[in-house]
Amino acid sequence: MSKRPIHFYQVGSFAVGNRLLSDGERTVQSDASRTNSIDSGHRACQGCGEALGARYALDAAMRATNNRVVAVNATGCLEVFSTPYPETSWRIPWLHSLFGNAPAVATGVAAALRVKGRSDVRVIGQAGDGGTVDIGFGALSGMFERNDDVLFICYDNEGYMNTGVQRSAATPPAARTATTDVVGPQPGNAFGQGKDLPRIAMAHDVAYVATATVADLHDLEAKVERAMHFRGARYLHILVPCPLGWGSDSSETIHVARLAKETGLFPVFEAEYGVVTSVSKIRRVTPVEEYLKLQRRFAHLFGKNPRPDIVTHLQEIANRNIERYGLLDEGNAHPRHARTEVEA
Amino acid sequence: MLEQIEGSRAVAETVALCRPEVVCAYPISPQTHIIEAVGVMVKEGRLAPCEFINVESEFAAMSVAIGASATGARAYTATASQGLLYMIEAVYNAAGLGLPIVMTLANRAIGAPINIWNDHSDAMAVRDSGWIQLFAETNQEAADLHVQAFRLAEELSVPVMVCMDGFILTHAVEGVDLLDQAFVDSFLPPYDLRQVLDVEQPVSIGAMVGPEAFEEVRYLAHLRQLEALDHIPAIAEEFAAMTGRHSGGLIHTYRTEDATTIVVAMGSVLGTIKDAVDIRREAGESIGVVGITSFRPFPSTQVREALRHATQVVVLEKAFSIGHGGILATDVAMALRGTDCVIREVVAGLGGRPITRQSLERLFYRVEQGELDSLLFLDLDVDVVNREVERMRSTRHSGPSAENVLRDLGEPRVGQVS
Repeated sequence: MSKRPIHFYQVGSFAVGNRLLSDGERTVQSDASRTNSIDSGHRACQGCGEALGARYALDAAMRATNNRVVAVNATGCLEVFSTPYPETSWRIPWLHSLFGNAPAVATGVAAALRVKGRSDVRVIGQAGDGGTVDIGFGALSGMFERNDDVLFICYDNEGYMNTGVQRSAATPPAARTATTDVVGPQPGNAFGQGKDLPRIAMAHDVAYVATATVADLHDLEAKVERAMHFRGARYLHILVPCPLGWGSDSSETIHVARLAKETGLFPVFEAEYGVVTSVSKIRRVTPVEEYLKLQRRFAHLFGKNPRPDIVTHLQEIANRNIERYGLLDEGNAHPRHARTEVEA
Repeated sequence: MLEQIEGSRAVAETVALCRPEVVCAYPISPQTHIIEAVGVMVKEGRLAPCEFINVESEFAAMSVAIGASATGARAYTATASQGLLYMIEAVYNAAGLGLPIVMTLANRAIGAPINIWNDHSDAMAVRDSGWIQLFAETNQEAADLHVQAFRLAEELSVPVMVCMDGFILTHAVEGVDLLDQAFVDSFLPPYDLRQVLDVEQPVSIGAMVGPEAFEEVRYLAHLRQLEALDHIPAIAEEFAAMTGRHSGGLIHTYRTEDATTIVVAMGSVLGTIKDAVDIRREAGESIGVVGITSFRPFPSTQVREALRHATQVVVLEKAFSIGHGGILATDVAMALRGTDCVIREVVAGLGGRPITRQSLERLFYRVEQGELDSLLFLDLDVDVVNREVERMRSTRHSGPSAENVLRDLGEPRVGQVS
């Protein structure tokens, strides 16, 4: 396998350059001869976390399956920016049907492949958080429950960004969206609502559930590959910051995603058959303010009329995640994830 | 060989002969017996290789069929009424994508008020979806239409809905001559679709299309339906030549050659209409029947031709457009535009109300006497309607009409019912 030399920059991020890894552990994207499931030239916004997440996830799936992947896409940003007629970015067989039915369509594809004896071809269903936790939820739960042979990937940007940034059941508390404006005594999205889909997926006892962010792409690739080792229903939930919807700088997408994990607001873990099997530990505990202040959707919590009470409430949510998943290591200094460790 | 068999069973056995590869089903009366029977056959391995998917909703049923069909599998499902409405977004989508899915629609009324019995409101709700809609008159035709439907769907890359009256056909036991595997295999070539999700030759299906091309794509869908106007009779003729049975086609005519009054209808009521027409013929009336088998595409030319000698046409239908009137009648009127033919709209059999021969005889008599002019609701209980109208006029908090009407029906009548 040919390797493109990667320059290693120290960015204060704990990121590890590929050149420090053994060949077998280097990223899919570092391979000059990798497949390119979603081609350049698509129309995603600058700094789009979803475009990045989808490319890494699908290219990793291609490597794991010897390039035999069919993707079923829900309506949403990913669908719109990748296939404006008459162009398409997809280099893999790709089907878009509706907003709320991607899991069921993926079931149909998997059933047809089974009938045709094509167990070598694997099916990925993919949607944003709206297509996953809201309008596609019934279909997704049905697909999980029947244990259909589909890896479903949710690219979670915490709202309906394609339609102009409205609230979804994945929008965090206090966040401003077009339908949870910063007016009234409780500005932004309400507390005590929302769905935690990775845990709901685990409750279906499916073979594999994992979360990831676009801040740790090596981890993301590894999870896709791990998911492909299983048959049956699997779920991967990827946090993909949306500069437009979150009001973050497009150059900060990776940073914002990293802080979501480092604050504990977005726990990164893996589970098999309903049991958590690994967690990505927080490397440097970060107060939620650092994450929130990078995003204009939380700007009303700071500035002229700050709301430290709400920030504290959000910190409590992060603390609860840290406790629930055991996100802190003693000393808290070393990356624990085997796949991201540097070769001695 | 004729078998005494339930309509649903006959359809299930015939669908099985079509070698479906993915069958998805969500139960709804009166479609259940069909999918139950197919489910057993799949589980026994009789249809191998075939996947039977118990989905969590009708929306998922059609969505699974979409995925399967786009991956090269022959896909089948069945539904009715609320189920069809619940999947309607996917129904349109399947047609828009040009996927040759075949679906049985066990025609049933749509609520509220909830009602499980037969009428054609469900089929009418998706008449503009791009699906071909074929209406069966008998269980024999319902069974035969499924073989023709798969052939038609796959020739044209258009989904086909076989409509059969819920309960009246689905649950009726009558003689049906079931086809055999050798015949179906010769009549229905293996599924070879125009577009397929294939890792060797990747394509994107379902891309976003803007104003620059949407009208063209839609027009192409219309063209395929117009093509179906040739394919449907050709397939029916080939079928007739091989089986001796005249199932399918665009329309069926009965005693229309010299008829000045012609009744137009769809589905199982045609049998009763023919009986009533026979009786009126004996009374000296010049009356005939045109049964519409293909509602979409609508065979305007053939309907116009069949009605060319008629001076008046009675369109009797089991659905209507609330606030307007007849739906089929509107299509027939369009087919007859420019002629002097008078059209009488009759709505009948809603929510499973029996359409009796006696009612039809009375209707045809009144038509002949020139007593009918505007939209008629056959056997409408005017007294009950008036009581509720009066109640709503006089009382603001009059309560739910459906319950009021039921209560009125349970009480002894004060006035005379016409």
